[in-house]
Amino acid sequence: MTTASSRATASGPVVEVSGLRKSYGGRTVVDGVSFAVEEGEIFGILGPNGAGKTTTVECVEGLRLPDAGRIRVAGLDPVADHEAVTRVLGAQLQESELQPKLTVREALELYAALYPAPADWRPLAERLGLAGQLGTRFAKLSGGQKQRLFIALALVGDPRIVVLDELTTGLDPRARRDTWQLIEDVRARGVTVLLVTHFMEEAQRLCDRIALIDNGRIAALDTPRGLIGRAAGSTVISFTPSEPLDDEEVAALPALASVEHKDGRITLAGTDETVNAVISLLARRRIAAHQLRVTDATLDDAFLDLTTA
Amino acid sequence: MTTTQTGARGGASPRNAVLCAEARLFRREPGNLFWILVFPPLLLAILGCIPPFRKVSEDLGGIRLIDTYVPVTVLVALIVAGVQAMPPVVTGYRERGILRRMSATPVRPSALLSAQMALHGAAGLVSALLSLAVGRLAFGVRLPQQPFGYVLALLLAVAAALAMGALVAARARTAKIAAAVGSAVFFPSMFCAGVWVPVAAMPDVLARVVGFTPFGAAARALDQAAAGDWPSLSHLAVLTAWAVLLTAVASRWFRWE
Repeated sequence: MTTASSRATASGPVVEVSGLRKSYGGRTVVDGVSFAVEEGEIFGILGPNGAGKTTTVECVEGLRLPDAGRIRVAGLDPVADHEAVTRVLGAQLQESELQPKLTVREALELYAALYPAPADWRPLAERLGLAGQLGTRFAKLSGGQKQRLFIALALVGDPRIVVLDELTTGLDPRARRDTWQLIEDVRARGVTVLLVTHFMEEAQRLCDRIALIDNGRIAALDTPRGLIGRAAGSTVISFTPSEPLDDEEVAALPALASVEHKDGRITLAGTDETVNAVISLLARRRIAAHQLRVTDATLDDAFLDLTTA
Repeated sequence: MTTTQTGARGGASPRNAVLCAEARLFRREPGNLFWILVFPPLLLAILGCIPPFRKVSEDLGGIRLIDTYVPVTVLVALIVAGVQAMPPVVTGYRERGILRRMSATPVRPSALLSAQMALHGAAGLVSALLSLAVGRLAFGVRLPQQPFGYVLALLLAVAAALAMGALVAARARTAKIAAAVGSAVFFPSMFCAGVWVPVAAMPDVLARVVGFTPFGAAARALDQAAAGDWPSLSHLAVLTAWAVLLTAVASRWFRWE
């Protein structure tokens, strides 16, 4: 897990969104979203399908006109100063394609030529495992290869900020881990990353902070660890007691979120305080706890706890 | 990954890079290349092999049918390029999110649209030259006697054909619909251009009505310039009005996504 970025800069946030609102045909998709991304940060936008994640980043990219709110990217308005914003912001969009007969090499050369000071696309293609596909036409690429090409195209302009929407969708586990490493390397060079995902492991591994969006609003904004800690029952303790425990004494445990009995095994969710109380209860009653396991809740649990179904 | 800057890439501007890439892709569409570049001159060659087409006709004012078919095949090339071939490409680019992807770069997606119009327009003009060459070399059809008038009428006809194609691309939601609408517009356009009956040989009332359509007016203007007259102002005005109107409506209705 990545620790929070220590690279706090005095220059202020590089992406600022405040009071963003957007509706389509009377349906409000984004309803008052505000957040700020610091330079060099990997900032995650996490949420259920249809929560408004993509619409939010499309407004940041200047591809959509917000109904209300203020957005600044490197101090610029993504709609009014669209061209200037596209020079510093690289984007990987959801559901976009390229010309079917364009080869990988041609796509990389073309997109590099669109930027004033592009990165060298060759090492980028190498890094993304596309070196063997340079002569392959877009239509003949596999889903994972297309995805990796779009990541390369997002980075080929050598941007200050990169927005990645569903980064690792369609990638196999190995390519996914390679891509995560690439994103960490990109950030190590000072690039700010805005990452839209619904993949918990990805958010937990990469993000310094996460905005959890639900129904067009920010449900929580914290570090991955902070989000997990917010969920009720962030610590889970389970064991098979040598003798049955008294139900009332269990129910009286501090900070207890849930109790579950199954096949003589008891599973309690709570906090560190609950764990300490259980251990002293067992000691007082001289009950042995077989196969004792104490685990931290995952971001999955926090996600389910903090968003509506 | 390195941060090596390869800044000045031969000074090629981004819009040029888009045009070059699109030109390469254009060459990878054998179907379109055939219908734009080969079919119209081939049609002329086949018609020219039919003996009655080479007989001097009093109805046509003492010229041969094949003489009137050179401007017709020239217009066929422009109609195929602008109305038939271009709209599915542009609509497909919108449908697949290619225009949107380009919106996220420093280049406007209009670069793709103008590249497509330039390429289809240029291919149509090359095909027009091929028809003139086939007519001249194979059947002794005289080259246009009023070349400046001919070029002017030709350029206005290209503009009208591309604008009509842009309008189809603007309204069609999918590439399939664009191809179907393109075909639906294609046949009346071919009729007006005189593919079945040259406009000069049409009954008077019909010829007058057809003269108000873009390709009917273009056919008359090309005929006049081929014969050595300056195309009449009314035909050029009709053609210009169509080109301006279609462009205005297409740019108003065009959606980038």
